Amino acid sequence: MSGGHSTYSPKTGIGRWIDARMPLPRLVHDSFVSYPVPRNLNYAYTFGGILSIMLVAQILTGVVLAMHYANDTTLAFQSVEKIMRDVNSGWLLRYMHSNGASFFFIAVYIHIMRGLYYGSYKAPRELLWILGCIIYLLMMATGFMGYVLPWGQMSFWGATVITGFFTAIPLVGEWVQQLLLGGFAVDNPTLNRFFALHYLLPFMIAGVVILHVWALHVVGQTNPTGIEVKSKTDTVAFTPYATIKDGFAMVVFLAVFAYFIFYIPNYLGHPDNYIQADSLKTPAHIVPEWYYLPFYAILRAITFNIGPIDSKLGGVLAMFGSIAVLFVVPWLDTSKVRSAVYRPWYKLFFWLFVINAIFLGWLGSKPAEGLYIPLMQISTLYYFAFFLIIMPVLGLIETPRRLPNSITEAVLEKNKGGSAHPAGATAAPETRG
Amino acid sequence: MKKILNSLAAIGFLFAGTAGAALAQEENHAAEPTHFPIHAPKEMDWTFAGPFGNYDKAQLQRGLKIYKEVCSACHSMNLVAFRTLEDLGYSEAQVKAFAAEYEVQDGPNADGEMFTRKALPGDHFPSPFPNAVAAAAANNGAAPPDFSLIAKARGVTRGFPTFVYDIFTQYAEGGPDYIHALLTGYDEQPPAGMEVAEGTHYNPYFIAGKSLAMAKPISDGQVTYEDGSPETVDQYSRDISAFLMWAAEPHLATRKQTGFAVMIFLVLFAGLVYATKRKVWANAH
Ligand code: HEC
Ligand code: HEM
Repeated sequence: MSGGHSTYSPKTGIGRWIDARMPLPRLVHDSFVSYPVPRNLNYAYTFGGILSIMLVAQILTGVVLAMHYANDTTLAFQSVEKIMRDVNSGWLLRYMHSNGASFFFIAVYIHIMRGLYYGSYKAPRELLWILGCIIYLLMMATGFMGYVLPWGQMSFWGATVITGFFTAIPLVGEWVQQLLLGGFAVDNPTLNRFFALHYLLPFMIAGVVILHVWALHVVGQTNPTGIEVKSKTDTVAFTPYATIKDGFAMVVFLAVFAYFIFYIPNYLGHPDNYIQADSLKTPAHIVPEWYYLPFYAILRAITFNIGPIDSKLGGVLAMFGSIAVLFVVPWLDTSKVRSAVYRPWYKLFFWLFVINAIFLGWLGSKPAEGLYIPLMQISTLYYFAFFLIIMPVLGLIETPRRLPNSITEAVLEKNKGGSAHPAGATAAPETRG
Repeated sequence: MKKILNSLAAIGFLFAGTAGAALAQEENHAAEPTHFPIHAPKEMDWTFAGPFGNYDKAQLQRGLKIYKEVCSACHSMNLVAFRTLEDLGYSEAQVKAFAAEYEVQDGPNADGEMFTRKALPGDHFPSPFPNAVAAAAANNGAAPPDFSLIAKARGVTRGFPTFVYDIFTQYAEGGPDYIHALLTGYDEQPPAGMEVAEGTHYNPYFIAGKSLAMAKPISDGQVTYEDGSPETVDQYSRDISAFLMWAAEPHLATRKQTGFAVMIFLVLFAGLVYATKRKVWANAH
């Protein structure tokens, strides 16, 4: 897809002058204007663009917040409240930033699920997928450290619990924990280093995003059929086709985002974070932010020792394993067919996986007691079984449905199928889109 | 394959069934409660709820009166500046006069001495106790929490599926509902056989236990209202809760008004972009 040579031809003298010296406009033109995309992309494919604007929004609001934020345990909480009360539109900035983190994660989860559904990770897109997993890991670190900055009760106790995981690692655990904390407990040095890293990591994410997009433009996008682009009729130009479709999805996404910012800005937060951190008062239930809850459930599902591994280390290993497993997905899936559209059984297990992941999230918000524990264990089991058993085995035994010969054929077939709109209404390649 | 799946599904259903039953059983615990609050707070009508909500200034003024005459004896509110009381409908001069009724520490003066002076509009509400230890010592070991954010710092978990509906009903009044329930909840007697710790007071709406260190702070007729509003615990509780919501979220009305303009814009813009998108794709050959 990338192969096609550049069609950029500067129209002005200045344009030609720049093009001969540093062809940045050419790069942009080739990547975002003439770049060919499959003509049958649906709205699940718009989340990459949405993620990009969310990253920019987080960086912009974050930099302005940082101008007013005081990075000191005795001042941090008050400085955030000063932003909320006295800084012009400070409440808007802060609500955009705190809800922005949540919406960033909503978008990334949909983006990852799209990848799992359409087999986006399969050759030749393994590196593209791995770069995505790295972005996700960096996002988790950034979100976690950002949550510590307002220095509320959940900031403090969340940091205490999460850095405590590291002590489970044999030999180096204590050392790693103290390195993270800058001492023996969460305190001023912890806040200082978390702020420095919280400022740094988003720019590292931006760097990896560039690699991610570069890799994408080498191998091209997948599409709902999972068949590679074969001819020019299979594609349309990025601009205007993908730009306007992405643009529409972004505006809809922003509308939902705005609804949360303006009407229920604290819905996704925890009330305890409006209480200043107090190292002497442990909250009744320490819960991380919603986007970590499935992993928090997996962590606490391991309540038993496995041979030499005690339950604490077991939980930490399971939690990190649940993310690590994403990195090897390209090699776990043995199916020759890429897209779930043609894999009835995989489709079923995929949707079970989604429901199970949401259920794990709900369990993550519950205390690890009584019946919740076996539920967490069963859910954790399915989470891992999906990747480690279902993916490899199903690829070998499942009989896929017949694949169309090309994207164009698939689109035409669909339009014919939907002949309820006579005369094909328009000759649009993807009228539903 | 199909067989395996069917049996998997059957196991799933069975499991979900027993789980539900067991969870339901856990709910009806007898005498000694293990989950708090014992009763969920009642949902009240608030003028500031919903997409067009706004504070009722008269109500906020009554709430301020209660804070000043009753609660401020124990509860500080140190993030709130006197100047912001203009939001409640007071003039600059009234705010100045109001602030002047309080004393704050300042200094050092030219001789290096700290001194007290009358508060100015730029000052924050002073604390009734010199520090948290003194506050706790005077109150049976439990320091009265600061009021600046209390209306956002409390919220009883709503549970599934209510928390999903809350997105659509824009329920964001968990804090004031809780405060109202707590203040009106002192009159219930503990069930026979329940132990209530020495020096604490039973309240089935308290979020963190069956009783708390604060005695019933306000009773019928305690504060005089000039606007003819009923001088009852229920009315007092509504007014102080509304006032505390304002203290925690002073820009609520601006937020909702801005939100309305933003939502209208985004919906219209989405419509335009969608129409353009249809047009562009119609020409794709
Ligand atoms: C005599 C001192 C005193 C007065 C007056 C007082 N309180 Fe309290 N209040 C306390 C103490 C002490 C606590 C801490 C209770 C505990 O944690 O056990 C408290 C706690 C609270 C809480 C928090 C409960 C929780 O969920 O943690 C609220 C809300 C509250 N008071 C409201 C009020 C209101 C409203 C008034 C005025 C009408 C008032 N209080 C007057 C002493 C007082
Ligand atoms: C990947 C992008 C980012 C994510 C996911 C993210 C996430 C978060 C989160 C979850 C919080 C806590 C919000 C709260 O409860 O108040 C936070 C706070 C904060 N962030 Fe970020 N952030 C990002 C980028 C940035 C950048 C680039 C900066 C700029 C330097 C920044 C500066 C701040 C500051 C100063 C705070 C504390 C103020 C506050 O709590 O509102 N953030 N961030």
